[in-house]
Amino acid sequence: MRGGAGRARNGGGSVMAASGRSWFGALALGVSFLKCLLIPTYHSTDFEVHRNWLAITHNLPLSQWYYEATSEWTLDYPPFFAWFEYALSHIAKYFDPKMLVIENLNYSSHATIFFQRFSVIFTDILFIYAVRECCRYVNGKRAAKDILEKPTFILAVLLLWNFGLLIVDHIHFQYNGFLFGLMLLSVARLCQKRYLEGALLFAILLHFKHIYVYVAPAYGIYLLRSYCFTANNTDGSLKWRSFSFLHVTLLVLIVCLVSALSLGPFIVLGQLPQVISRLFPFKRGLCHAYWAPNFWALYNAVDKALTVVGLKYNLLDPTKIPKASMTGGLVQEFQHTVLPSVTPLATLICTFISILPSVFCLWFKPQGPRGFLRCLVLCALSSFMFGWHVHEKAILLAILPLSLLSVQRAKDAGIYLILTTTGHFSLFPLLFTAPELPIKILLMLLFTVYSFSSLKSLFRRERPLLNWLEIIYLVQLVPLEIFCEIVFPLTSWKLQFPFVPLLLTSVYCALGVTYAWLKLYVCVLTEHVFVRQKAE
Amino acid sequence: MEKWSLMTITVLLALTVRWTVSLSSYSGAGKPPMYGDYEAQRHWQEVTYNLPIRQWYFNTSDNNLLYWGLDYPPLTAYHSFLCAYIAKLINPDWIALHASRGYESQPHKLFMRTTVFVADLLIYIPAVILYCCSLKETSTKKQVSSALCILLYPGLILIDHGHFQYPLSLGFALWGVLCLSYDWDLLGSVAFCLALNYKQMELYHSLPFFCYLLGKCFKKGLKGKGLALLTKIAGTVVVSFAACWLPFCTDVEQMMQVLRRLFPIDRGLFEDKVANIWCSLSVLIKIKNVVSPQTQTVLCIAVTCINTSLISFSKVSCALSFFLFSFQVHEKSILLVSVPVCLILNEIPFMATWFLLVSTFSMLPLLLKDGLMLAYTVTMLAFLLACVASFSIFEKTSAEDLQLKPFSLFLKRYVSWFKSFPRIVRSLFLLSVTLMGVLSLMTATVRPPQRLPDLFPVSVSSISCLHFLFFLVYFNIIILWDSKNSRSQKKVS
Repeated sequence: MRGGAGRARNGGGSVMAASGRSWFGALALGVSFLKCLLIPTYHSTDFEVHRNWLAITHNLPLSQWYYEATSEWTLDYPPFFAWFEYALSHIAKYFDPKMLVIENLNYSSHATIFFQRFSVIFTDILFIYAVRECCRYVNGKRAAKDILEKPTFILAVLLLWNFGLLIVDHIHFQYNGFLFGLMLLSVARLCQKRYLEGALLFAILLHFKHIYVYVAPAYGIYLLRSYCFTANNTDGSLKWRSFSFLHVTLLVLIVCLVSALSLGPFIVLGQLPQVISRLFPFKRGLCHAYWAPNFWALYNAVDKALTVVGLKYNLLDPTKIPKASMTGGLVQEFQHTVLPSVTPLATLICTFISILPSVFCLWFKPQGPRGFLRCLVLCALSSFMFGWHVHEKAILLAILPLSLLSVQRAKDAGIYLILTTTGHFSLFPLLFTAPELPIKILLMLLFTVYSFSSLKSLFRRERPLLNWLEIIYLVQLVPLEIFCEIVFPLTSWKLQFPFVPLLLTSVYCALGVTYAWLKLYVCVLTEHVFVRQKAE
Repeated sequence: MEKWSLMTITVLLALTVRWTVSLSSYSGAGKPPMYGDYEAQRHWQEVTYNLPIRQWYFNTSDNNLLYWGLDYPPLTAYHSFLCAYIAKLINPDWIALHASRGYESQPHKLFMRTTVFVADLLIYIPAVILYCCSLKETSTKKQVSSALCILLYPGLILIDHGHFQYPLSLGFALWGVLCLSYDWDLLGSVAFCLALNYKQMELYHSLPFFCYLLGKCFKKGLKGKGLALLTKIAGTVVVSFAACWLPFCTDVEQMMQVLRRLFPIDRGLFEDKVANIWCSLSVLIKIKNVVSPQTQTVLCIAVTCINTSLISFSKVSCALSFFLFSFQVHEKSILLVSVPVCLILNEIPFMATWFLLVSTFSMLPLLLKDGLMLAYTVTMLAFLLACVASFSIFEKTSAEDLQLKPFSLFLKRYVSWFKSFPRIVRSLFLLSVTLMGVLSLMTATVRPPQRLPDLFPVSVSSISCLHFLFFLVYFNIIILWDSKNSRSQKKVS
């Protein structure tokens, strides 16, 4: 390692000339400094959400945590996150004790902002560590002379400097960094065949934020297939006799222990139903106020288009159309007029069906860690596509693990580029204030230029990553952004149809995300057949 | 990765840092009655937009020169006029005569920040990128990393996008250097004239420019080509000056008034912006004291070898000596030294980094007053990181890397401790960085004892001053020994 770095230096001063892994430290420190610079930026209501949780966990006994409702932002994360806030609150009191008063709604003194922002930046250390572990896993396949073209370096940048994480965590305000850190760490452990550690980390993660349950099928099947069954037949199919009871018991034990630690106290208190009802609020609408770019966004858009067409040709009775649907996109409850309305159960079934093929693929043709990662990404994407009340931020759940794949194979890299660009673009409406407009555009450009040019140079010997149609689609995001943020506010439609930019953004991005999802699915399924034929 | 994408990433990174810094507070925010530089710029927009050009520099009932009167050359005024035009389109209240005094609002801040951002993007950043691309005998990566470090220099970012100032004069001066390095002497002199006409403080840099061009003419022969070049350059300078001053050329009184505003010799000390005035004034008064050592070095260069890397060195030492020996200089003027130092970042990364850190540190009291402590800390650390990562400065502390080879050879005859030189230099650097860090921390957190309220600012400036003296000696050693060396080399050949 050291010799290689030395050679690189002699071969004409490299940017990260320092030897060994010090470039990683530079990258991590650099992005941390950028995060510090983002402290004075706008923060969303999530800032108040977390302040409120600090106050709740600090002042009230455990039995009150999931009942407290002074603020509208009640505690709706699993218990480990509540404990995390509890721990933070004991540091917070040295910064500004007033932020820990439950009645201090929307309190945001300078000290509060500093404390909360720094808490995100510091807990990101776990994320940085996890990225390093992931890089170690990717390392060693391709030895490039140039540090900038090493897969590990590219992966580190793609993860550490991820645009979505930066704006969601450090501008919008959330604690996704260390949660994704836990996830990536568990992925890295699974890839290193340290299954129990991986399972433990993932179980803990689930009790931090339950959204990760979306990818649980991938974990469950992979652990069952690779850990509970210790051997394969020569043709790669499952050897039923190799089933290990010990391994299963260990896994179950871990999951149960973690769950007991987290939910146990509430079960004892008899509050489990209350906790569950807080965690899964099905009272919300099918789509978030701003439609996440998924299947339902397209569904809503088609419904709307059909309504307009129907009204024009008098196929529909205007009096029967619910008022709310015309301003849809602004209200939470959304009623369809032409197409059938969607129930939570329907979304659940759709999600389940869409996940199934990928899980089957993982079971019948396990391809080691890469197969697992692909299944994980597909699970995340499928539930993003069909889930109930999905937030646009959930796209990160697919983007981050896909980064790991993108530096290994050209096909995945192409899909990654489409998914990240559209997924990140769909995050733009999160930041709608004027001072943040340049930041989001600059950061987005920074990340996009880097991901395109680095992956292009990494796979320069193979065929182009994107075809011309995909390129045209991606390039059109630029005029779309110009129209939505600059042209549209100047027109007179601004007051009449304020939801048009959001609608356009989410529908246009939904096309890209759906395309990437399908392409990845096709890629996984066809490859499966191909390998099988080869095996025969 | 290709060069253009690396450069694009560098620029985007630099722009991101600039914009995030600009979200913090500015000079004189919410501090009536005088506010700060931000209000000065806004006031100039107000004056230039609402008053006829003949009244811009005159004290009238509509133009109270005691309240941020225009005291920069015409180009600044035109620039304000242009900005005012755009401001008028967005919100006429921002530049309403009299009524807008002390106007502050979030949208207005956004507008003002955008004007600086655009000026930086159009003038300063392209100059830096082109300069780095023109660096010869360096790899693409070296060029990119020097561009990154130059663009991340915290002093300029904090003063322009935090404190509030336009980077135009430095940008034009940089364009001047750039053109000279491409041998486009006429364009270079135009660019430098623009810089001079944007801020009279650019006079700090004028001596090296002048001597370089003169030396070039001498070299070509005083009778033939040299004379032609000299006349061409002189003509260009005159024409570009005339173009800038055209509206004021109508009568002598106008020009005299502008000049009086720029170099207010007849004015007392009662104005608020004393430091600014004095620093321009001192150029005239102190010139005698400074000129004797300076001319020596500069003429040395002009006569012996005309080499573009040396022009930056000489600019550094020239500006630095002006800065040190003229009295009552504004802290911000150190930027006039820092920008030339940025240009030699890739030649002597260690010393340049050190100097740039110290120069930013010397502005600490000003930055603290503007509420830029967070941005200061972060950008300083980020700059140090960028320099360490891209130049591995700690491994470049030998006499050779510091361009002291000739000097050390000279010294070795007398001193024997020279072997441990790199280690000594490195520990000095670490010592100084720790000192700066500790002092920054104390300034921000500890309240000074009651008997010594100015304890921290004074110690900051005295420490910086010591550093600057050290750097002055260092840069002069380089110039003198280098020219001596090249002369002896010439003799040999």
